[in-house]
Amino acid sequence: MQTVIDIVLLLVLLSDLYLLSLTRLGAAIRVMAFQGVLLALLPLLPAGGILSLHGLIIAVSSLAIKAILIPRFLSHAAREVHTGLAIDSHIPYGAALLTGMGMVLVSFWVARKFALPVTVTSRLWIPVSLAAVMIGLLMLIIRKKAISQVIGYLVLENGIYILGLSLAAQMPFLVELGVLLDLFAGVFIMGIIMNHIKNYFDDLDVDNLTILKD
Amino acid sequence: MIAAVIVLPILFSAAAWLVRNVRLRRRLWLTCSLLHVGMVISLVLQPPQPILGGWLAVDALGLLFLGIVSLLFLVSAAYGQGWLAQAHAGTAQGARDPERIFIVCMLFFLSTMSLVVLSHHLGLLWVAVEATTLASAPLIFFHRTVHSLEATWKYLLICSVGIALALFGTFFLGAAASAGGREGSLLLDGLLRLGPQLDVRLTRIAFIFLLVGYGTKMGLAPMHTWLPDAHSEAPSVVSALLSGVLLNCAFLAILRAYQICQAAGDAAFARTILLIFGLVSMLLAAVFILNQPDYKRLLAYSSVEHMGILAFAIGLGPAGYYFALFHALNHSLTKSGLFLTAGNILSVFKTKAIGEVRGLARSHPGIGWAWVIGFLAISGTPLFGLFISEFNLLGVAIFGNRLLSAALYLFLITAVFIGMAAAFFPMVQGRPEEGAQEKLPAALQLLPLLLFLLTFILGVHIPAGLDELLRLGAAALGGAQ
Repeated sequence: MQTVIDIVLLLVLLSDLYLLSLTRLGAAIRVMAFQGVLLALLPLLPAGGILSLHGLIIAVSSLAIKAILIPRFLSHAAREVHTGLAIDSHIPYGAALLTGMGMVLVSFWVARKFALPVTVTSRLWIPVSLAAVMIGLLMLIIRKKAISQVIGYLVLENGIYILGLSLAAQMPFLVELGVLLDLFAGVFIMGIIMNHIKNYFDDLDVDNLTILKD
Repeated sequence: MIAAVIVLPILFSAAAWLVRNVRLRRRLWLTCSLLHVGMVISLVLQPPQPILGGWLAVDALGLLFLGIVSLLFLVSAAYGQGWLAQAHAGTAQGARDPERIFIVCMLFFLSTMSLVVLSHHLGLLWVAVEATTLASAPLIFFHRTVHSLEATWKYLLICSVGIALALFGTFFLGAAASAGGREGSLLLDGLLRLGPQLDVRLTRIAFIFLLVGYGTKMGLAPMHTWLPDAHSEAPSVVSALLSGVLLNCAFLAILRAYQICQAAGDAAFARTILLIFGLVSMLLAAVFILNQPDYKRLLAYSSVEHMGILAFAIGLGPAGYYFALFHALNHSLTKSGLFLTAGNILSVFKTKAIGEVRGLARSHPGIGWAWVIGFLAISGTPLFGLFISEFNLLGVAIFGNRLLSAALYLFLITAVFIGMAAAFFPMVQGRPEEGAQEKLPAALQLLPLLLFLLTFILGVHIPAGLDELLRLGAAALGGAQ
C-alpha cells in the first residue's frame, strides 16, 4: 500500500510543478481537477488497508468539491472573461519552474530535519505537503490574473490538506470537514468577487486593482 | 447561555434576511446587540460550565474579549441606526438591497466573533476566525465602488492565505498533541494539561505558523497590507468594528497559541518572536503615519502600531501581560470612537484627504472636539486609559533591563505622536471652507464621545471587577500579576 501512496503523492508534486509552467488557464484548471482526484484517492489508502467509513466520507467529499465543483466553477469564470494567452506572470515561466524545483529540494531537506511523532504510512507526506504550500505561495505572488491567484491559493490549501490527511488517524474528522467547507465557502465568495471585478474591468487582471496605495 | 450568545445573532441574521421593512430591519440589528450585551452580562455574573465536551467555555481571557465585542457592537449598532438613516435617506426602495446584505452580514459577524472568543478547541477557533473573514468581506464591499472592490479582494485573498497558514500551524499542534500514540485532541484545556509532554520542536513550528497566520488577521507587519485599504474603503462603522473588535479576536487566537507554548515550557522563544514582530509593526506604522494624506488610512496605520504594542507587551514577559490586556481594551474603545468620528467628518466633508478638511472646530464644534479628544486618547496622553498601559510598559521594559527595546519603543511612539498631531490639528484649526455646512444628528456626534469618556474613566480609576478580570487573564497567560 505504501508504494501506491508514494506514487499518488509524487503525482501531486509533479502536477504542482507542471502548474507553474502552464500558460493556458484551461489546462491549469484541468490539472487542478486531476489533483482533486488524486487527493480524493489518498483517504482510501489507509495504513492497514482497511477502509473506514470516515475515510470514505472524506474521499467522496474531496472528489465532489476538489475534482468537480471547484474546477467547474473556475472554468465557468474563465469562459466569462475570455482570458487568452496573455502573459500572466511577473517572472518568466522557466524561472518560476526553477524556483519551484528549488522549493521542492528545500522541503525534502527540511522534512529530513524533523520527523512527525505519529505513525505515517509514507515518508513523502511531509515534503510533498511543504512543497505544495510553498509553490502555492509562489503562484500567489507571481501571477497577475485573479483566477490564477485563486489556483495558487488552492494549491496551498491542498498542501495543507495533505498534512491533515497524514494525521487523520489521530485527529477528529470534524477538522478536515471544516477544511473542505471553508475551502468551498472561500472560493465561492472569491468567485462572487471575481464576477464583480469582471463587471468593472471586463478582465480579471489584478494589475487593475492597484489604485489603493500609500 | 454560551450557545445562546452564538446562536441568537444567527437567528436575528436570518430574520433580517426575511424582513422587508427597512426600519424594522435596522431595529433588529439594535435589538440583537442589546440582547447580546444582556447575555454577556449574565455570563460575567454567573460563569457557566463548559458545553459540548469543553469545545465552548468561558474563561477570564474570553470574558474580557467577549465584553469588548459586545459593547462595541452595541455602540456601532446605535451609530448605525442614525448613519443608515442619514446615508440612505434619498435612495429608492429598490436600491436598498445593499443595506439588507449589510445587516445580515453584520449580525452573522457578531455570531462568528462570539464563537472566536468562546471556543476552547483550536480547530473550532480556526473555523470561527475564517468565518469572521467571510462575514466581514461583504461589509467592506458595502459602497460597491471600484476602490471598495479592490480593498475587499485584497482582504479576502490575504486573509485567506493567512488563515490557511494558521491551519497549517494547527495541524502541527495536533501532531504535537498526538505524539507517542496518544489520542490527539486540539482541546485547549487538554493541550495545557499535557504541558511539558508536548514536543517543543513541533510546538515551535506550530507557533510560528499560527503567529504568521493569525497575525495577518491581527494586522502585524509585514502581513498588514490588507488593513489600510480595508479600513479606508469600508463604511466607518465597519472600520470601527474591524479595528476595535476583529483585530482583538485575532490577538486572542495568538494568545491561545502563546498559552500552549507557555505550558510546553517554551515561552521565551515565543516572546522573542512577538517582541520582534511588535517592534517591526510599530516601525512600519510610524513610517506610513508620517506624511499620511488620508485620515482613515492614518487611523488604520495607528491600529497597526497598537497591535504592534500588544505583541511587544506580551514579548516583554509576565510583567507586561496585565498591561497588554488593558491596552487591548482601551485601544478598542478609543479607535472605535475615532473611526466613528472619522465617519462623521466624511459625511460632512465628503473627502478622506486630510488637506481638504479645515476649521472643524468652528464649523462643527461637536465633531472637532471629538477629533481632538480622540487624538489625545489614542496618543496616550495622561488621564486616558492608553497612557497607563503605554507608560507602564515602558517601565516594564526598562526595569526588565531591555534598554534597547525600551528606547526603540519610546522613539517609535514619539514619532507616531508627531505624525498624528501634524495631521489632526490642521483639520480642527483654521477657517472652515464654504459648502461643508451639513449638520449631523446629535446622537452620531455623542456616541464617539461616550467611548472616549469610558477610556477616560478607565485611565483615572480601574474598577475592582475589571481589575480582577485582567489579573485572572494575565495569570492564564502565565503571569504573576
